[in-house]
Amino acid sequence: MKALVFVEQRKGEFRKAAIEALCEGRRLSEGGACVAVVIGSNVNGIAGQLGGFGADKVLVADNALLENYSTEGYTAALQKAVAETSPDAVLMAATAMGRDLAPRLGARLDVPVLADVTSLTWSDGLQAVRPVYAGKVLMTVKANKKGAIATTRPKAFLPKESDGRSADVQALEFGLTEVDIKAKVKQVQSEGEDMIELTEADFVVSGGRGMKSEESFKLLDNLAKVLGGAVGASRAAVDAGWRGHSEQVGQTGKVVAPTLYIAAGISGAIQHLAGMTSSKVIVAINKDSEAPIFKIADYGIVGDVNEILPALTEEIRKLK
Amino acid sequence: MNLLVCVKHVPDTETAVRINLDDKSIQTQDVNFILNPYDEYAVEAALLLKEANGGEVTAITMGPDAAKKTLRTTLAMGADKAIHIACEHTADSGATAKCLAKAIKENDYDLIFCGKQAMDIDNAQVPVMLAEILGLPNISAINKLEVADGKATAHREFEGGVEVVETSLPAVISCHKGLNDPRYASLKGIMMAKKKPIEDSGCSCSVPDIEVVKMEYPPQRSGGKIVGEGVAAVSELVRLLHEEAKVI
Ligand SMILES: Cc1cc2nc3c(=O)[nH]c(=O)nc-3n(C[C@H](O)[C@H](O)[C@H](O)COP(=O)(O)OP(=O)(O)OC[C@H]3O[C@@H](n4cnc5c(N)ncnc54)[C@H](O)[C@@H]3O)c2cc1C
Ligand SMILES: Nc1ncnc2c1ncn2[C@@H]1O[C@H](COP(=O)(O)O)[C@@H](O)[C@H]1O
Repeated sequence: MKALVFVEQRKGEFRKAAIEALCEGRRLSEGGACVAVVIGSNVNGIAGQLGGFGADKVLVADNALLENYSTEGYTAALQKAVAETSPDAVLMAATAMGRDLAPRLGARLDVPVLADVTSLTWSDGLQAVRPVYAGKVLMTVKANKKGAIATTRPKAFLPKESDGRSADVQALEFGLTEVDIKAKVKQVQSEGEDMIELTEADFVVSGGRGMKSEESFKLLDNLAKVLGGAVGASRAAVDAGWRGHSEQVGQTGKVVAPTLYIAAGISGAIQHLAGMTSSKVIVAINKDSEAPIFKIADYGIVGDVNEILPALTEEIRKLK
Repeated sequence: MNLLVCVKHVPDTETAVRINLDDKSIQTQDVNFILNPYDEYAVEAALLLKEANGGEVTAITMGPDAAKKTLRTTLAMGADKAIHIACEHTADSGATAKCLAKAIKENDYDLIFCGKQAMDIDNAQVPVMLAEILGLPNISAINKLEVADGKATAHREFEGGVEVVETSLPAVISCHKGLNDPRYASLKGIMMAKKKPIEDSGCSCSVPDIEVVKMEYPPQRSGGKIVGEGVAAVSELVRLLHEEAKVI
């Protein structure tokens, strides 16, 4: 089969999750072709490196109008890439961008879109497993049309290291003018450059109502720093105003699947579990030995977060 | 302003979901269905705009007869009228978006609000697909909104920051948590909702392009061990994470 993979970049850097999608596209297409698409402004230089991850060819839409993401601009570019390659399936990462772009492209081409999938197979059509009902059920779905699109959940697919090969780069020619983009990005407010994105982090340390204050989240910031991870929060902590919405883990927040998830002062409500039960190892710290979080945690400590967290941070620092 | 809110009738998030014997659907008897939590932000956003600018808020849902309960909830919150498209829910967002678009098309709405995602099949696709079919711009998963001078400006989060997006109207907007604090229906609102009109609209669903092959439960996590109590347990925890789990 032939796979077309949209590989998201921002500021000239490919997203980890996009590389995961590309590697999955390579695997799915087996003997067939795997074509990558890069969209942006001044991205010609970085496109070739995708050969290292298995792209046979890279199509590039390089245009000043595509410097920032726009649903309409990027859809036009991808539509052209699809027209040129007639792929059997189109993949992209289920990031904020991919989750916006895939349905637009799907509706435009009238092909099905399998959203936020955690595994993919190809047998005469694209088939995928998707967590639904906030992960309470796994649903296997099949697209009954050629050219179906799937968005791949970050961290659900194993990426490969680059083997250093470089791929042929080919420009995508298509007409695009300013008026084609009705919804445009006026401004991008970036977080700190060294911030590790929650959904991509290998270590996530989250705090809940048991943290008691914004101030005490510093304990989690410190722990995250030692581990090289990101801080998350329960909805109770976010609604209390101690952390931003972007840090909420759970059904109305983010779904994370790190190697290690530490839940501090979090009771383990079902809506919180929806966002973190795919983590490899879960540690719970809670002063209540009956807290439901212990029922799903691999390791637990019964105790006060204010005492445990500094000790844990110190102990891990020693190890490193 | 003429405002539309798309709402979906979904199982309460507390519900223990049970798969039917066909392995392709979930049991719905004894399940409490509610207004999709993300749609509450959409309803609130529309009501705030109406209060500021005047106009009318219409709620629309596509779903079984029971979904009218969710329309009543939106009417009780303050929507003026509602449209019910009688058909079963499908796992295919494309089919849903087409059916909704057909019912919406004849009306000129300044803004169409949706939730970011329906908390059942978790597709997060209907709003964008709807926009494409209607030929409108969209901004998805917003957590801040300003509407003025025929334009909407919204904040939308991505991994690593926030995009400030501006669009002309009409447009489709999907709402994320943080956008506002949805109101509860007042007793008066609930009484008034009973008298507000719900128009029936026919289903125009096409055969879905997505087939549900099967549903199953994910592997259950079993509780591990309590390493110990208090600070004394910390070094043992770190040892286990390092030597047994090998994650640090
Ligand atoms: C539609 C809907 C969507 C939702 N979405 C989400 C979501 O995305 N994410 C989410 O997290 N929640 C979500 N919730 C909320 C969820 O139901 C819970 O209310 C929330 O997760 C509780 O947060 P918590 O565990 O921090 O607080 P609590 O349940 O209050 O738990 C606090 C815990 O801290 C412990 N504790 C207290 N003091 C200490 C201390 N000094 N040391 C150690 N432990 C201590 C307590 O024993 C307790 O277990 C949602 C709810 C609804 C209805
Ligand atoms: N059957 C439906 N009827 C009305 N609105 C819907 C329906 N399905 C989805 N929507 C809208 O689209 C949003 C996203 O849904 P989904 O793409 O299914 O996750 C929901 O929050 C609703 O606003």
